[in-house]
Amino acid sequence: MASDILERVKKVTVEELGVKEEEVVEGASFQEDLGADSLDVVELVMAFEDEFGIDIPDEEVGDIKTVGAAVSYIEKKLAEGQKGG
Amino acid sequence: MPERPAPSGRVVVTGIGAVTPLGTGVDKFWPRMLAGENAVDRISHIDPAPYTTQIAAEVRDFNAEDWLDRKEARRIDKFIAFAVAGATMALQDAGWKPEGEEAEEVGVLIGSGIGGLTFLGEQHRKMIEQGPDRVSPFLVPYMIPDMASGYTSIVHKLKGPNNCVVTACATGANAIGDAYHVVKRGDAIAMLAGGSETPINEISIAAFSAARAMTGRNDDPTHASRPFDADRDGFVIAEGCGVLLLEDYEHAKARGAKMYGEVIGYGMSGDAFHITQPDAEGDGAYRAMRMALRNACLKPEDIDYINAHGTSTQYNDRLETLAIRRALGDAAYKLKVSSTKSMIGHTLGAAGAIEAVICLLTMRDGKIPPTINYEKPDPDCDLDYVPNKAQDMEVNVTLSNSFGFGGHNVSLAFRKM
Repeated sequence: MASDILERVKKVTVEELGVKEEEVVEGASFQEDLGADSLDVVELVMAFEDEFGIDIPDEEVGDIKTVGAAVSYIEKKLAEGQKGG
Repeated sequence: MPERPAPSGRVVVTGIGAVTPLGTGVDKFWPRMLAGENAVDRISHIDPAPYTTQIAAEVRDFNAEDWLDRKEARRIDKFIAFAVAGATMALQDAGWKPEGEEAEEVGVLIGSGIGGLTFLGEQHRKMIEQGPDRVSPFLVPYMIPDMASGYTSIVHKLKGPNNCVVTACATGANAIGDAYHVVKRGDAIAMLAGGSETPINEISIAAFSAARAMTGRNDDPTHASRPFDADRDGFVIAEGCGVLLLEDYEHAKARGAKMYGEVIGYGMSGDAFHITQPDAEGDGAYRAMRMALRNACLKPEDIDYINAHGTSTQYNDRLETLAIRRALGDAAYKLKVSSTKSMIGHTLGAAGAIEAVICLLTMRDGKIPPTINYEKPDPDCDLDYVPNKAQDMEVNVTLSNSFGFGGHNVSLAFRKM
């Protein structure tokens, strides 16, 4: 599950930020390492929402500063969704 | 404050760039234009089936990734990408990369008649179908017409005057004229100036169809744009961009720059008549030309060539002809007039800038591009429109006319160096 999510997060990040796949490692920060500005982050978050069918509230966007954090956040969201549903 | 020589008060063109339906880059489009080629075809950017108008002149060899980094190229509205491409070509052509304090003396004034409607249309659809939270954070920056200038300044690190003109189909000409004034009075050493337009999207085609200004010749695209011909029935919409590097004459001379020509006149006027129709006597167009002649200190017989607005609408071509006759008297019958919109359609806010590029090339090469599809003379249009074939002729002084919805009229005058 986790590795599948990581692959999908990588794919979306490569598309949205125009970076190379090998740069998208778990520890990479979207803004500091992958060149995203604040608008890029909004767009990236929307792309994650589309890819995983989840809703990421504005106040939680700050929790997903790195690739690894995005994967953990999405895992948690998907698990919550399954519990609820 | 750094020392800088006083402005010479003379403004020359030292670089040109263009994105047109006959090709991206001057070397691509100019030979095809002199050969009288036609770029009008059935629309491919969108499915044209539901629209009243189904033909246009599209740019089909443009790749945004050639001019921008991949991330930006993928999502940016094309009118901005066109502007960056045109500006980059103009700077490369001028062989000059302003840096450091010099970059603070170089500005950008690239207008757009309508801005990023393609992106706006996509995002509006998203909002309706998926909700307001799905609207891109890039909608505002990619939609606003001033981003052509803003973005270009960021790409080339140009920190001088940065501005935007929005005067419909007079945009490109107004931008060049206004930038000419900026350089002439010494507020910048040089300005990148022009216009960019990408109106071949769903909402624009629907809107211009509704305005009933476009040709109905869907079945015969190659003969649809026929300026000054008696059977003309409306313009062909098109996309493109033109950019000039306008530079202070002494600065250009000091760095040994090649000079295409000098900007010598800039006339403008308002019709104060109707939102889309030209003045019934062509009075605004006449007064724009009169002003250009006056501030260029030109006599009518000095003018060799006019690149007409020549949209291929009944109104424009008749009234522009009338205005030229009134402004120039008998001299109107001795000079050449052509409408290059016969080949590349009407690029709206880019038209005046692309046509300025054409005027400069006409002087450089001594070749006048034709008005193609000229078959049936109209008694109201009785000038020498360079029918169907380019002509060789020494060209020293040119006028370029541009008129826009809202009643904006512009005439630019250029002189060969």
